[in-house]
Amino acid sequence: MTVPVPPVRRPIHPPPAPASPFPYNPGSLLSASDLSLDDVSHILSRATALENQDPLTRDRILAKRRVALLFYESSTRTRTSFELAAKALGADTTLVSSLSSSIEKGETLKDTGLTLRALGAEAIILRHNSSGAPWLLEQETHLPVLNAGDGMHEHPTQALLDLRTILAHLRPGAEAVNAETIAGITLTIAGDILHSRVARSNMLLLPRLGARVLLCGPKELLPELAAQVGPGIEIERDFETALRQSQAVMMLRIQAERLVGLQLDLEQYKANYQLTGQRLAAQAPDAIVMHPGPIIRGLEVTASVADGPQSVILEQVRNGVAIRMAVVERAILAGHPLAGHALAGPAQRGRA
Amino acid sequence: MTTLVIRGGHLIDPAAGVDGLKDILLKDGRVAEIASPGKLKSANGAEALDATGLTVAPGLVDIHVHLREPGQGYKETIATGTAAAAAGGFTSVAAMPNTRPVNDSPEITRWMQSPERGASIRVFPIAAATRGSKGETINDYAALKSAGAVAVTDDGYPILKDNIMRETLAAAARVGLSVIQHAEDTRLTQGASMNAGPTAFKLGLRGMPAEAESGMVERDIRLVTELRDARAHLHVAHTSTAAALAAVRRARRSGLRVTCEVAPHHFLLTEEHVGHYDTNFKMNPPLRSAADRDAMVEAILDGVVDAIATDHAPHAIHEKEVEFEHAPNGITGLETALGLSLRWLHKEWKLPLGRVLSLLSAQPAALLNLKGRGTLTVGSYADVVVFDPKAEWIYSARETKSKSRNTPFDGWTMQGKIRWTISEGRIAYAAESA
Repeated sequence: MTVPVPPVRRPIHPPPAPASPFPYNPGSLLSASDLSLDDVSHILSRATALENQDPLTRDRILAKRRVALLFYESSTRTRTSFELAAKALGADTTLVSSLSSSIEKGETLKDTGLTLRALGAEAIILRHNSSGAPWLLEQETHLPVLNAGDGMHEHPTQALLDLRTILAHLRPGAEAVNAETIAGITLTIAGDILHSRVARSNMLLLPRLGARVLLCGPKELLPELAAQVGPGIEIERDFETALRQSQAVMMLRIQAERLVGLQLDLEQYKANYQLTGQRLAAQAPDAIVMHPGPIIRGLEVTASVADGPQSVILEQVRNGVAIRMAVVERAILAGHPLAGHALAGPAQRGRA
Repeated sequence: MTTLVIRGGHLIDPAAGVDGLKDILLKDGRVAEIASPGKLKSANGAEALDATGLTVAPGLVDIHVHLREPGQGYKETIATGTAAAAAGGFTSVAAMPNTRPVNDSPEITRWMQSPERGASIRVFPIAAATRGSKGETINDYAALKSAGAVAVTDDGYPILKDNIMRETLAAAARVGLSVIQHAEDTRLTQGASMNAGPTAFKLGLRGMPAEAESGMVERDIRLVTELRDARAHLHVAHTSTAAALAAVRRARRSGLRVTCEVAPHHFLLTEEHVGHYDTNFKMNPPLRSAADRDAMVEAILDGVVDAIATDHAPHAIHEKEVEFEHAPNGITGLETALGLSLRWLHKEWKLPLGRVLSLLSAQPAALLNLKGRGTLTVGSYADVVVFDPKAEWIYSARETKSKSRNTPFDGWTMQGKIRWTISEGRIAYAAESA
């Protein structure tokens, strides 16, 4: 079915794609690629400061400010940590999930967002099963929107908390980051890259700080073109070869809910890509083992690895709260006062 | 008004080989006389349009539009769609059958052409190839043709089964109708909302591979080859991939009746223009790679492409203000086709004006055998577009005559400002400043 395509003989200078209008609101966090390295440094240092702050003064930072959590997909870690983070700063939170709300009756994302804004929400944390939904919500509401995972696309706070975890173990003491902060570190991301928003956000963030990212998985779950997402990304199909080069390993779950009829031989998959205690000891005895969760024990990792000494999985979860405190604070204090709140103008950006 | 004279314009009629200053007399819906300026013999008393400094050309012909009637009048009606067409210089449009209900009957075909629809210009229905466009049972093409259908297609619902497509091509050839195929192997595009490639991967969207189009075109060409003696005519709608064009090119070289059209968005835009999930850049076939887009331009310039067609596909605002993967496919295009073609194909890529106009009138008219359209020889229909070929202007979606505004070209610079569009001797559109 290959057809020879004649080469173009004339120079064609086509109209360029227009510049992106996003983000509309400086408090938004839609994509890991929206963050400058200065933004990342600021978020990391605020995460540490907020984590160490006395809870009784910390909860005055966003006292009685309104933050809405809008969740179209189930979530344990992300939802709870965003909620705890907002509450730790004193904000009032409200959770709207696609079940048990008017979304079930057919209300659109636009109308749901406008309704939340009318109810006084000053920022919306959105988890959605469609890639790109946070951009739509931000465009329609102009509120600060925090992307808590959109379809197969991005999960930027996960990349930030993964960065914080990597720094704590491999670059202790580093807080202000630059283009070389994690130079020399190789991270292998293994498993279902195709359907993973965690992988995409990490691929967009970590190489900008100098890391080398190796992607590992079978062709069905890792197309060749994944390496074209950005610089610093390579594909290594052999898991053990990848492990040997890595200081950090991030294991991903196979996203059964997004496979759309794709048939996988799980026994074969485990034989090639499962992170076992034996593989880890033989190939990467000093690497940290990460996982964004949820873990399917006995599939992508064995229980002994998940619970073992190299595992930093629960640390990632804890870092999630700290990072999300910083990101929620940034959303409200850097955001535009669109919902009628005079306090939080752009002039106060960086005040905290 | 039964007579109209257009004076002092530069007439370009590619089919007739005319390119010069001419006066034209239109009478009773036909071209009555053409003469050098001031030399018309029988123009006394006729209303005159002063076309000094303007180009006069055959009214444009778009063989691929969705007018949404019957059944989806909230998106577009035949009246609003043809008003937009007239504003874009079109005097003939061929309307796709994916209406509600599907146009698979002589009754609906006639209903669409009834004067009660309020069309500003001529509407030529294209009927469904199969009952309900379900790809199972062939319709009665002779009856559809006598009701006014100019071709058959299951546009949007490609005919996947080889035997049904073969039967469709053979049956249409017997009554002298063309078969238009929306070439997409839908088994390869489940859940996909843009072109497969690095951009789709980056955006976390499922992609439609180029092979879904080119594979179907190759299959169809194989069937046409089998039906060579029946002189079956296959027309490939909205060609978007280099591989599909290459297949058409080869079919043509071997003497088969295979033609193709390209839409302005496919010769101008790429998958990169989707940006951050802008649903006004979502259509099917999707915007492709830069190499595919360049191949469209190349094929237009070297003559493989037979027609520019818009695939005008209006959708209501609320339908497009949703998550990208849930938004319907399609964009409007009738008001921007000439302006974009002149701005890019002519000005930027140096395609002669006559060739641009031919791709927008004479060639599509010939392709669907629309007699007396796409040319301004004496006796032809008085379908005329008069425009200022040099004028640049900015397109504003807010000012559209269509019911919908789902265009990716809002705010784009157009070239060629239309002054009048005349359909069968009546002024169907006149610029406000005229």
